[in-house]
Amino acid sequence: MLGFLGSMNLAVTLLVALALASVIGTILKQNEPYQNYIVKFGPFWHGIFEKLGLYDIYSSSWFILILAFLVTTTSICLYRNTPRILASLKQYREDMLEQQLVNMADHSRHRTSVAHDEAVATLAHSFRSLGFRTRTKRHGETTTVAAMKGAANRYGYLFTHCAVVIICIGGFLDSNVPLKVRTLQGSLQAETREIPVSRIPDRSKLPVDNSSFRASVSIPEGRATRAAFVNLGAGYLVQPLPFTIQLEEFRVEHYPSGQPRSFESDLVIQDGSQRIEQTIAVNHPLSYKGYTIYQASFGDGGSELDFKLHDLASAAVLDHSLKVNGDLVLDHNGVAYRLEMDEFRKFNIFANEDPAIDKKFRDFGPSVNFKVRLKDGRANEYLNYMYPITLEGREFLLSGVRSSLEEDFRYLHIPADDEGSPGRFFSLLNLLHDDARLRRIYAAGQSALLPGNSVDGNITEQDVGNVTLRLIRLFLDGGFPMLQQQIDPAMDEDTARTVNSASMKILRFGLEQAYTASLGDAGLDVAEISERDIQFLNDAIVTLSALHQYGFPYYLQLTGFEHVESSGLQIARAPGAKWVYLGFGLLILGVFFLFYVPHERLWAVIKPAGTGSEMVLAGARTRHSRDFSRYFEQISRTIERSFPAN
Amino acid sequence: MRTDVMTSEAPADLAGLTGKRFSLRPVDYLWWALLLGGFGFVYLNYRHNLNGYEWIIFSCSTLALGYAGTAWTEFRRLLLIVAVLALLSIQLYDATLARAGERFLLQYFLASQSAVMWMSFLFVLATLSYFFALFTGSAFSAAVGTGLTWTGAAMGLTGLLVRWHESYLISPEMGHIPVSNLYEVFILFCVITAIIYLYYERRYRIRALGGFVLLVISAAVGFLLWYTFDRGAHEIQPLVPALQSYWMKIHVPANFIGYGCFSIAAMLGLAYLARGDDANPRPLLARLPVRAEIDDIMYKAIALGFAFFTVATILGSLWAAEAWGGYWSWDPKETWALIVWLNYAAWLHMRISRNWQGPAMAAWAIIGLFVTLFAFLGVNMFLSGLHSYGEL
Ligand code: HEM
Repeated sequence: MLGFLGSMNLAVTLLVALALASVIGTILKQNEPYQNYIVKFGPFWHGIFEKLGLYDIYSSSWFILILAFLVTTTSICLYRNTPRILASLKQYREDMLEQQLVNMADHSRHRTSVAHDEAVATLAHSFRSLGFRTRTKRHGETTTVAAMKGAANRYGYLFTHCAVVIICIGGFLDSNVPLKVRTLQGSLQAETREIPVSRIPDRSKLPVDNSSFRASVSIPEGRATRAAFVNLGAGYLVQPLPFTIQLEEFRVEHYPSGQPRSFESDLVIQDGSQRIEQTIAVNHPLSYKGYTIYQASFGDGGSELDFKLHDLASAAVLDHSLKVNGDLVLDHNGVAYRLEMDEFRKFNIFANEDPAIDKKFRDFGPSVNFKVRLKDGRANEYLNYMYPITLEGREFLLSGVRSSLEEDFRYLHIPADDEGSPGRFFSLLNLLHDDARLRRIYAAGQSALLPGNSVDGNITEQDVGNVTLRLIRLFLDGGFPMLQQQIDPAMDEDTARTVNSASMKILRFGLEQAYTASLGDAGLDVAEISERDIQFLNDAIVTLSALHQYGFPYYLQLTGFEHVESSGLQIARAPGAKWVYLGFGLLILGVFFLFYVPHERLWAVIKPAGTGSEMVLAGARTRHSRDFSRYFEQISRTIERSFPAN
Repeated sequence: MRTDVMTSEAPADLAGLTGKRFSLRPVDYLWWALLLGGFGFVYLNYRHNLNGYEWIIFSCSTLALGYAGTAWTEFRRLLLIVAVLALLSIQLYDATLARAGERFLLQYFLASQSAVMWMSFLFVLATLSYFFALFTGSAFSAAVGTGLTWTGAAMGLTGLLVRWHESYLISPEMGHIPVSNLYEVFILFCVITAIIYLYYERRYRIRALGGFVLLVISAAVGFLLWYTFDRGAHEIQPLVPALQSYWMKIHVPANFIGYGCFSIAAMLGLAYLARGDDANPRPLLARLPVRAEIDDIMYKAIALGFAFFTVATILGSLWAAEAWGGYWSWDPKETWALIVWLNYAAWLHMRISRNWQGPAMAAWAIIGLFVTLFAFLGVNMFLSGLHSYGEL
């Protein structure tokens, strides 16, 4: 039994089994929410996979069993081999006689005029000066000098294999296997709800003095915590801490290209009356009383965002404020929209693609990401920039929209006015929704249109007003395509083209008039409409045409923010680490000993021959016989030369 | 590794065998003087740019290079040539990145990208020379293969050093050692594999195997070229915070010594299988060493690789303890490192317990390369985890 458990075959089998089991763990994403697995594999396979522990393979019972077996085999192997190895280090085998040496692969025979005793002394000295330790034994007439070197090689075996055992045990101390066992016993239960720590029941709490855990916690700036969370299966456990950790400030520094250069948290540890301040960063954790605190991630700690919602169908503007991760239900003409604030970013740095700007990277300024969800659960995602962005010399407020994560954002370009705000655009839009006002404007402005531009000689002024208004309505409801659709398909091509160009002209006229009026409202001198103002209108028309696809009856204009970041910390206590590190040291030492300190033996049998002596040399090296032959040849050649021949 | 020195220089008497490991010659003193001079220069001028750990790494690297350069004079020559080329490029750059496109020598030779292209070209050429020598028995062609491999390694190493300098020229805060992404480590892989092979070549006189080993380097070159031209991967990118650590400077090179050795072992395994047994080898491959010899070197390569891979994995674990808050997280990259390690541990055990040699072990060494390749590339391509940099 012990023989089997300590056998090399079993060891190799276990090594391969462990490797294969680990492969599964890397192919199947571990510790995902169960929902994902069900979707991926279906309920049937999900059930089987869950039973097999495939979702958390590395702490599943069968994986631990393989590891336990490996530790057992290695221990037994050590137990059986160590005494033999230690004993062999004391055995110089000084009983070897000539016949045995001659049977060895590497041996040589020499004659010398040097007398027996002196030859023995010289050889033993030579061997020692080669770094060997020697034993000499007389067998009647002849003498055997036995030498050995490289004991470290044999210790290499002990070191590497002890290391494997120590590392596994150390790792076990720090693993979450004990927690698993306690959950199975029922004395511990993972919490799956998202509730405040104070309401979490005791059976989901670990003791403060728990000596081994790896927990994480996210702290918003300015806040403190006395607990962290340990993930377990589909839920988590609370790990109370014996001190408070407060986050004073979190910082992200960027490279000029906008990629993050460093994440840093200014922490204050308050432990009774003791207060420690330290900044941690990725790769620079803080150690305190055996607890180590790492910078692991970062996120939004609930930034407060102020914004205006411009109703796209009326003049209404709503002021709101919302925290990141907060939401808000809006009622628009009886339809409910839920606005979910997802993300705020203070910087948006991109490679510059505008040749007019002499910079490699540009910061597009703050932005918000939000979703707008309808009753049936469908949602669009939006990405709005706070400040206008210069494109081809003009400024636009960008708002991206997409209906699924796989799509790219499509951007609405709202032309910004001289203050960089969407005000001018929205006053035009408002006016376009004000039928009474438009009628008045068109009544006053018709003379400009009628001469030479008439579609039909009999048209009345009243009709023109109506037609313009109708076209504007169609345009706002469906953009240019909607206007195209109005043309009677029975019409022949030429007529259709004429009608189309006429309606375009009327639409343009209507929009120009409205725009002029809105500029007048804003106090501008309408007699001096500039090139820029015309350009603004052209841009606005493009935007108006796209508005019906926007999917949300408001434009969200970010007007202010208070940025609050949160820092994701990892807090660990790993009493097994020192064992593991000890194992690491032994392993490295052992492996190099095994491979690079050869274990070698040399023998010489010296017998008197006439006045001189005859010497037989032989040698061996464990597992590197090819190299050794050359070495041995050199030794024997050198010895040959250093003894006078007779 | 005393036998190494002794086989190369046969000692006159026993004192030569026993005395100091190296009897230093005047050139050796010159070598150490140069090295220590360089070290002193860096110390005097850049004392404040390195932190304590970096000084330890720098000192140990200097000693290691000094030792290796004393024991292996061709390697010393390589280091000296690379040092001269790198210094020349620093001179030519004159602290301005734009010089890369202005100065002839930089543009066509010494800018990192040009040097890497030279390396690629030379390695492919070396492969051809070695194979030509193998098929025809031309000793000249084999010697050319060796020369080209040395030159390729020199250009690759120069390319890496110049790239290191270039990253600082982009902006000082962008500066970092070029072992931080797949593109850079592929160059490192080519250079290290070539150097380790050259070591075995000299030690065991196995020029006939050069073509096989260079084949894997050429494959890496192929990938590198695709990665450059198709993906623009040669652009120098800033370091993500997780990589800003002195651990990276030792973890990655140690890993690549391991990968290099495993690749060599696999190619030797291929040669072993391709050759056919000793009695009736394939006609074209009859010049390959006998199987027992190939097998022996294969074992040595795996042993060296295993030793360095053990160190590298342990360094990775220590680094993870500092960066991720745990010395082992079962992250896919970590786990695959373990798989590679277990695989070679099993290989070594079979080899010593059963004294298994022969085609099965050769085949296993080839399979080992695929396992290694997955750990090195596949994980980045197919699996996601904490090692999310260096994606394809
Ligand atoms: C993860 C686990 C293990 C690792 C990493 C490991 C590693 C090694 C290494 C690197 C060698 C040296 C091989 C060589 O010299 O070529 C070795 C030798 C050896 N291993 Fe293991 N080993 C492990 C587990 C085991 C187990 C479980 C056994 C028990 C049967 C075992 C028995 C041996 C023996 C008997 C030797 C030969 C030692 C000698 O005579 O030099 N090993 N091991």
